[in-house]
Amino acid sequence: MSDGIAKHPGLNLGPGHGKDDAAAEGLMFGFWVFMMSDAILFGMVFATYLTSLSATAGGPGASQLYDLTSTFVETLLLLASSFTFGMASLAMKYRHSERRLVAWLLVTLLLGLAFIGVELHDFASMAAKGGVPTRSGFLSAFFDLVPLHGLHVAAGCLWMIALLGQLVRYGVDTKAKLGIMRLALFWHFLDIIWIAIFSVVYLPGCMHAIG
Amino acid sequence: MLAHPFGRLRLQALPFWDMLQHPSKGVVINGIIATGAALMVVLGGIVTVALISRYRLWRVLWSQWLTSPDHKKIGVMYVVLAFVMLIRALLEALLMRAQQAYGLGGGFLTPNHFAQLFSTHGTIMIFFMAMPFLTGIINYVMPLQIGARDVSFPVLNSISLALTAAGAALVMISLVLGTFSTGGWLGYPPYTEASFSPGVGPDYWIWALTLSSLGSTFTGINFAVTIYKKRAPGMTLMRLPLFTWTALCTSILMIFAMPPLTVATAQLALDRYLGFHFFTNDLGGNMMHFANMFWLFGHPEVYILILPAFGVYSETISTFSGKALFGYRSLVVATMAIGVLSFTVWLHHFFTMGQGADLNAAFGVATMLIGIPTGVKIYDWMWTMFRGRIRFSVPMIYAMGFMLLFVLGGLSGVLLADPVIDYQVHNSVFLVAHFHNVAVPGLLFGMIAAYHFWFPKAFGFRLDERGGKVSAVCWILGFMLAFFPLYALGLMGMPRRTVAYTEPAYVPLETVAFFGAILVVAALCALGVQLWVSIKHRHANRVFVGDPWDGRSLEWSISAPPPEYNFAAIPVVTDRDAFTVMKESGAAYTAAVPFEDIEVPRNSALGPVLGAAGFAIAFGLVWHIWWMVIIFGTIVITAMIVRGFARNTSRVVTAEEVRRQHQHWMDAVARAEPIARDKETTSANEGLAMPIDTGAEQ
Amino acid sequence: MGFKSIGRGTRVAIAATGLLELASSLAGCSSVRLGFLDPHGPVAQSQHDQLLDVVVLLAIFVALPIFVILPWFAWRYRYRARRARYAPKWSYYGPLEVATWGGPLVIVALLSILVWRSTHALDPYRRIASSVAPMRVEVIGYDWKWLFIYPDEGVASIGELALPVGRPIALTLTSATVMQSLQIPALGSQIYAMGGMVTQLNLEASEAGRFLGENTMYNGDGFHQQHFTAVAMTPTAFLGWVRHARTQGVPMNLSALALIARRSTQGELVAALTSRGAAGGSVYFKDVPASLFSAVVATTGTGKPMTIPADSAAATNGTPGAAATTADMPMGQRR
Repeated sequence: MSDGIAKHPGLNLGPGHGKDDAAAEGLMFGFWVFMMSDAILFGMVFATYLTSLSATAGGPGASQLYDLTSTFVETLLLLASSFTFGMASLAMKYRHSERRLVAWLLVTLLLGLAFIGVELHDFASMAAKGGVPTRSGFLSAFFDLVPLHGLHVAAGCLWMIALLGQLVRYGVDTKAKLGIMRLALFWHFLDIIWIAIFSVVYLPGCMHAIG
Repeated sequence: MLAHPFGRLRLQALPFWDMLQHPSKGVVINGIIATGAALMVVLGGIVTVALISRYRLWRVLWSQWLTSPDHKKIGVMYVVLAFVMLIRALLEALLMRAQQAYGLGGGFLTPNHFAQLFSTHGTIMIFFMAMPFLTGIINYVMPLQIGARDVSFPVLNSISLALTAAGAALVMISLVLGTFSTGGWLGYPPYTEASFSPGVGPDYWIWALTLSSLGSTFTGINFAVTIYKKRAPGMTLMRLPLFTWTALCTSILMIFAMPPLTVATAQLALDRYLGFHFFTNDLGGNMMHFANMFWLFGHPEVYILILPAFGVYSETISTFSGKALFGYRSLVVATMAIGVLSFTVWLHHFFTMGQGADLNAAFGVATMLIGIPTGVKIYDWMWTMFRGRIRFSVPMIYAMGFMLLFVLGGLSGVLLADPVIDYQVHNSVFLVAHFHNVAVPGLLFGMIAAYHFWFPKAFGFRLDERGGKVSAVCWILGFMLAFFPLYALGLMGMPRRTVAYTEPAYVPLETVAFFGAILVVAALCALGVQLWVSIKHRHANRVFVGDPWDGRSLEWSISAPPPEYNFAAIPVVTDRDAFTVMKESGAAYTAAVPFEDIEVPRNSALGPVLGAAGFAIAFGLVWHIWWMVIIFGTIVITAMIVRGFARNTSRVVTAEEVRRQHQHWMDAVARAEPIARDKETTSANEGLAMPIDTGAEQ
Repeated sequence: MGFKSIGRGTRVAIAATGLLELASSLAGCSSVRLGFLDPHGPVAQSQHDQLLDVVVLLAIFVALPIFVILPWFAWRYRYRARRARYAPKWSYYGPLEVATWGGPLVIVALLSILVWRSTHALDPYRRIASSVAPMRVEVIGYDWKWLFIYPDEGVASIGELALPVGRPIALTLTSATVMQSLQIPALGSQIYAMGGMVTQLNLEASEAGRFLGENTMYNGDGFHQQHFTAVAMTPTAFLGWVRHARTQGVPMNLSALALIARRSTQGELVAALTSRGAAGGSVYFKDVPASLFSAVVATTGTGKPMTIPADSAAATNGTPGAAATTADMPMGQRR
């Protein structure tokens, strides 16, 4: 906008980016609205999980299956990736070198992939203990909620690879900037969802084991 | 995968296979009906392809329509889709009414065939008739009403259309290959679980809904952002035409209500495909979760459907009464109140699930609260007619029929909202009568009124008035004959979805309902004839100047049809009823100087590609053709990545071209004769309106 | 009922009521009592009264004004009515706005009070007040028939629900298959039956008669045939009915249960059980284990194969009319 006032929450490019900044307005707002819809999606899956806690049908429950150490590592990885994405956003906003932007994005990507790797390892060890989705309503709900987040992270990684390709091909142009800004929102959003998963799924599940 | 390259698709999937294998009388009758329906789909497809080839329209179809990001063309395509699906679903309704009229002790349809009919009828009417219809009308009208050149995300708009069409195509192909779900449009598990419905039916239902709900979610986002961000200068929220307000409310509901449906159907799919236990009887599954999630979508969906129709009625009643809308603020508040309340009432769809009286009573009261804003709307429309100059043209006839009939539908809704009465009439045809009584006069009449109202804007000529009136009368009478008997039948204990019955007492009322259904089909035929006659006489009924009804909002301030960029210059809005104000102040029909280059989005094949791939993925999932799912899944991801690399996505209409087109229109305005309102349905109407007061004195 | 009836005298004047009466008279043609417009139990009677009250209230205060005002305005302000006042800018009048919101608000407030009270009074889970202890009936929904178990009598039936007039019936329901909904319109409410879960319904017949009973929730090809007759009879006749079932009934065991559980209509089931003594339209069962109902609930919930603990002897010794002592109520009562 011409008056330079930020209309959408989150990182704004600022007046220095001129036309790019103006182009961001509708697109960023639209992406916020999309995330609202996505948040409802997660809300429904959270609700399914919470109402299925007792539906273990004699199968393994949270205390037998969850590994707090491993999920804590996942949390750290994802939080770190949000920080590095923040650094990438700042590099873009203040027009640091394109190399710095790409480097931060690559670090973020690696952290995201590491998160997915640890999560897959978690799922495998759960399955080894009989924790498979076909075992009970509770496990169905778990394997709906947590992998749904994992799929989102995987989609985010794919998106990031595509954006890196655009950066290589076109440099930091308007469309790439808008893509990075939206992916940033998406990435931080997934971070928040993960915090919710950690506090709603894993912490109570493991607390129960300790108690 | 290699052993069965076509998954579980076998010859048995063909509709006549069973008839050839087991030729008994009942099987043959049903086989002939099913084969006939399949033939209609196949022949319809072949004829369409042949005609397009014959007139060499493939290029036009592709470059002017399918890949077009223009909201007006997308809107028209949505409405065409809605009409095609309306024809099928209405014929199914006729078949069901015929079956029930002859249903004493048996009838001619097998229970399975009948169950497919009510399942596809409901699924199509909601997801592939009503939703495309209202989405199409909003698409066409809303950007024009707010003075915008397009929606915020034109290509996403085209993708939404393609996904919806893919879902509709999936329902259509189920006529030819395999069978559709027998679980009704709700698809309640555990009946729809693999253990009770192992066939492809529920899978067709799941993926058709998934495609449609994805499309609707994107549509909701697109419309909401457009209304928030692309309004013309001066078009404040409280100056929005009421139709745009209802479009906004519907969009917000789409954004929030579609995800629960997506989750419910996805979880049912996980149950069916991967053996999860969300809604199964055993191992901790709980079908009550499905009921809750489905209706957490389903009830707001009711208002997604009805609110745009309320918007249409607000526009037509005001226009054809020649008056400003009474109680604009009240109507806005009522609309938004309905939107909010719609999320608080879902439990009334299952008062009989065994929850406590406190909960039932609370949801019953919440449901009745919706009656307040709805009542306000009806009264405000009546006060709008008060001291007006009312012309009973086709949209106004629908509006009047709507108000009278909808009151009855609303009242039966209040009865159903009372848990005590619901314990009796839940799941009965009383309920069927109720929701048709709100959906047909509410939504469908509203959409047909919108079609008559804005058709001249979209195509530049009016629809034949007499044909429209014949059709309207047939719709109204046919509806009454078809559904009022069902109220009585419901009170006589007749459950819904029953293929046959043993009570002779049902026969007279069922027969009346059957005649009503015939009349409704006649009404649809009348619409078809009307369209044909109108196209034939289109030159006599041209309204190129663009304002055939003495309209009040901005869409009437431009030519009919409008140029692709809508407005040569973005209008500046100073008050509500923006175009009426312009006409009064003499600001209408002025030259837009200086002309500027206008940037419009380039065509994109992304929509058709994603639609076709979405259809192929869904088809592969239904029939377990996994290679198809993988290949087309890869195509979807690739297409989106490639689109990300696209840079040259818009083109420019030069200022000179804009000036030329504008001048052409201004010349027509200068030549046109302003006409009084009593001549608006004659060929004297070129789309230039004389103010009503002047017309009255002459 | 906790609310006063209103306007009974004006009822006949209302067109909507005429429709009800028409339906009611048509329903009277049938051999079994169909709808609740012809109520034969206290619950259906209250529902019937409430329907008429609400219809009259709504017809007078909601429908009537609109049906009068709208055609009047349409005629009065038609385009050709040159003498009618034309006020194209008139779009706000405060008092009218207040009335427009206030009218529906008052009506809905009144209705809400009525609904709140009656919903509690007629909660399907609520025991019907009576000097007689309620008779327990356990209902299992199968595709496509209902199995009625009389745990205190040790008998069961399909196709016929026998009940003594004037004695409340406390039904507990489950489903051995998909979701179903049990209703006897002439007696009262309906309630869902769901696999692995237990719901409740309380009914009472106030006079003898044969009433339509049905499943209202679509569950497949035989859905339209899932009917039964609720036969309300004198307590003496009921004793005779139980005696008949005990002597003539098919023995209830796992193999009979397997036949019942097959997806079949009642007619097909009767045919399959003919060799074991079933005849006519309905089937009676004897030697019904007291734990049958809870065993079905548990089996449907876990997916494990059906077993019935051998505690059936105690149940078959129970006498009609005795209070429930032997079998426990599965999953507990809500109240």
